[in-house]
Amino acid sequence: MPIVFIPTMLLPVSGGVKQVTIDAANMRQVIDGLDLLYPGMKSRLMDEGQIRSNLAVAVDGEVARLGLMEKVGEESEVHFVPAIGGGAAWWVGWRL
Amino acid sequence: MPGLVHVQTTINGVQTDFLAEPRQSLLEVLRDVLGKTGTKEGCNDGNCGACTVILDGRIVDSCLVLAVETQGSEVTTIEGLATADGLHPIQQAFLEQAALQCGICTPGFIVASKGLLDQEPDADEARIRHWLAGNLCRCTGYDKIIRAVLEAEKLSK
Amino acid sequence: MTSNQVLSEVEYRVVGKRPVRPDGVDKVTGRAQYGADVYPAGLLHGKVLRSPHAHAKVVSIDTSQAEAYPGVTAVVTAADFPFASMSREELGGGYQRLKFATDLIMASDKVLFKGHPVAAVAAVNPHVAEEAVRLIRVEYQQLPAVINVQAAMEEKSELIHDDLYTSYLGENSEKPSNVAAHLYFDKGDIEQGFGEADVVVEREFHTEMVHQGYIEPQNSTAFWNTDGHLTIWCSTQGSFMIRNAVADVLQFPISKIKVVPTEIGGGFGGKISTYLEAPAALLSRKCGQPVKMVMTRTEVFEASGPAPGSWMKVKMGAAKDGLITAAHVTLAYEAGAYPGSPVMAGTSCALSCYDLQNGRVEGYDVLVNKPKTSAYRAPGSPQAAFAVESVLDEICEKLALDPLEVRIKNAAKEGTRRVEGPVARKIGLIECLDAAKSHDHLKKPVQGKNRGRGIACGFWMNRGFQSSVTMTVQYDGTISLLMGSVDIGGTRASIAQQTAETLGIAYEDVHPTVVDTDSIGFTFVTGGSRTSFATGLAAIGAAEDVKEQMVKRAAQIWDTPAENVEYADGVIRHRSDPELQMSFQALAKQLGSTGGGITGRNNIDPSGEGNGYAVHIVDVEVDQETGKVDILRYTAVQDAGKAVHPSYVEGQMQGGVVQGIGWALNEEYFFNDQGQMMNSSFLDYRMPTSLDLPMIDTVIVEVANPGHPYGVKGVGEVPIVPPMAAISNAIHQATGLRMASLPMSPGKILEALWENGKS
Repeated sequence: MPIVFIPTMLLPVSGGVKQVTIDAANMRQVIDGLDLLYPGMKSRLMDEGQIRSNLAVAVDGEVARLGLMEKVGEESEVHFVPAIGGGAAWWVGWRL
Repeated sequence: MPGLVHVQTTINGVQTDFLAEPRQSLLEVLRDVLGKTGTKEGCNDGNCGACTVILDGRIVDSCLVLAVETQGSEVTTIEGLATADGLHPIQQAFLEQAALQCGICTPGFIVASKGLLDQEPDADEARIRHWLAGNLCRCTGYDKIIRAVLEAEKLSK
Repeated sequence: MTSNQVLSEVEYRVVGKRPVRPDGVDKVTGRAQYGADVYPAGLLHGKVLRSPHAHAKVVSIDTSQAEAYPGVTAVVTAADFPFASMSREELGGGYQRLKFATDLIMASDKVLFKGHPVAAVAAVNPHVAEEAVRLIRVEYQQLPAVINVQAAMEEKSELIHDDLYTSYLGENSEKPSNVAAHLYFDKGDIEQGFGEADVVVEREFHTEMVHQGYIEPQNSTAFWNTDGHLTIWCSTQGSFMIRNAVADVLQFPISKIKVVPTEIGGGFGGKISTYLEAPAALLSRKCGQPVKMVMTRTEVFEASGPAPGSWMKVKMGAAKDGLITAAHVTLAYEAGAYPGSPVMAGTSCALSCYDLQNGRVEGYDVLVNKPKTSAYRAPGSPQAAFAVESVLDEICEKLALDPLEVRIKNAAKEGTRRVEGPVARKIGLIECLDAAKSHDHLKKPVQGKNRGRGIACGFWMNRGFQSSVTMTVQYDGTISLLMGSVDIGGTRASIAQQTAETLGIAYEDVHPTVVDTDSIGFTFVTGGSRTSFATGLAAIGAAEDVKEQMVKRAAQIWDTPAENVEYADGVIRHRSDPELQMSFQALAKQLGSTGGGITGRNNIDPSGEGNGYAVHIVDVEVDQETGKVDILRYTAVQDAGKAVHPSYVEGQMQGGVVQGIGWALNEEYFFNDQGQMMNSSFLDYRMPTSLDLPMIDTVIVEVANPGHPYGVKGVGEVPIVPPMAAISNAIHQATGLRMASLPMSPGKILEALWENGKS
């Protein structure tokens, strides 16, 4: 099952657990699974139905292009990292 | 609106008549009145050199010259360098040496370099750097521009 | 003496060569059409009235005198813009609060920086428009200006937005704040790491706001036709970004907006945002004529999107042998008047040169009454590198270790996990450090009084994002290539080279054109060092599509199944019958009589970008009398993956270095205590000139990017990252001074020298 690394800022939500395996095939299932384990996680990671704009998801070191639809494999590592483009406000300048 | 003044001048070897407001700069007339948009505006206060033209043998920032002052003068702009036979050696050198990236400062640099090489065909690196200090380029770090001017000296021989 | 070296592992037929760029002749003859060179029939000229105050309430605006002025055709204010709520809108890949986006373009209730637009006028010529702008009466109620990033973070600070709360990854602060966001990421346990250190250095750093300094001012020409279609000609890094931004702000469908990108006179990240397009469009709608607006240089400085000033703190610990045991980096970056500084990118870059067991990066996005910051070459990374690489230099000094060897010891490599999570694939930092070590520059000692040498490393992620390319086979065997990526410094050449390489044809037979938003699929900005990589991949994909169709056509002509036909090196062959083969050109000639033309296409959003690393070496001389720093010698070493056109890669490296030299030594926004910029001209801002510099030596290292068939990775961003720290470290060696703020201008150096003399 994929390993999900909990961002430090959300350790209070996970009760200090830093990484967890979630039975999931895509990012939507990862986040739903996290929220089931640690209620409230979803609202911290998502905003208006999308992954929060200042966050990006990295699956196996690659920044995911497909957001919630991104596939995760049996051996995958999932990280939440600072968003650099697309959703990041500064990249498109005017997108605040 | 202020009255228009009739000005007669020679631009790139062609006698040119135009009407200009007394407040219009040579840069503005070249671009807005005469359609010679090769001369670029970067700052409109004489600090970037993008609008460099040769006026009676001297390089000037055309944004600092009033158009009416050019009565009876000879002006050379970037449009006056290449001929039907091909590019001017400085243009050729800029092209081959990759001495431009965005290209907005390029006409000013080429015209300013012509102003130098017309008088000092063997200018060395230090002299070229000194001469071109009035022209700003933000893309290249000047390295390839200086090399291109040195190369143009060779091509001209 | 070396100058430009390329250390190639693999050679290709076209990729890696130095052909003349397709747009070159037009650019050396003055024929290339930049934004301000657009003159549609019936053109009118627009000017903007801007706030003289850094922070004030707009009480009233009276435009009646301007409207009545002879020659004026239209006036617009915020009242002419659609109502903008605080809702977050998503269009084309990003979220925004619509009110912020709209207010930045035209202030409604408050002005938040000097130069903030308040009204715009269109008239028969720019002079009349300027005169009319001065007739607009605005009543302001001035408010205290917040101009210092640390003061802005304090609880008692004047608030720039009453309704902005600090976002703490999904939780908001209880009280409104000028801090828009606070984020941090951890790896390992920094307290434990500091405990293991033999030496710990902790320092604070300041940098000032700086500008990209592109020579061509922002410009936009808009024509709102009576059929309801809006055409915009402008100089932009991303025509699709402009289209979508204008659509959002004017609440107008993207299908009715066509953005035509002209040639662009520099951007460096500063020409992604929209400023003039929407006002020009509304003016045009009011008067039914095309309206052109061009910023003055002062407007560019005061009201476009510079790079943020910063306050930073770095704590780093290392063992006696130079191994870094822990690092904690705190970055607070100026967002300007609205949220969205590049601080998050800064946190991703700050420690990414090193393989750390324990690290924390922390970022604050802080509002101040200054222009809204935007991207500037490796956004967020140069400030952080100045701080981190200065502290590492101090650690090397304290441990009496060679700064290059310490960097080699700690260098990130394949498999290194960055502090915020991602694991490095094949990267080239160690190769760059090795190349620096064996370079002539480092072999020769620095000689002479008041002279010193410094080195520093730099990192930029490089990213992909969406790109679209189509290419049509002309019947003479040439390719017409259409792309949405604007060419800011030679990408027509680099894309054409990759196309020619893939098709096995001559570079000269590929004719690239940058087209408008109606003529190609969505393409993200030219920026972030993505174009030669991502649009290159799009072109390679489109070329593969062409090859597949050419193979099918040959199979049809030879009456054989397509699997019997292969395409290699520009020749189409029957796999088993050596009699049956055709060159690309020969088959192209037959297309018209065998079913018609062939067009390849590709729309992608690729992964597989390769991280960019650089190592810089600089020698300086410090004038003890004046405090002036001269650059004596500079060498930039960088991993380019595969340099598609080495001359333009060198140009990117040299240009980035020189921008960094300006940032290090001269450039800063100088504000008075009212928040008014006091040096908003090229004369007073003082970017480097040819006279200030030596030649910039380059070494291109090529560690192929596995995510690209030719190994290409982005090259434009990273050269601006190391210079500030490298120069600061060199100044230290020359004088013993540790400079903790930028720019290291003569006055500041002199002051530090005097302080040093006293103690």
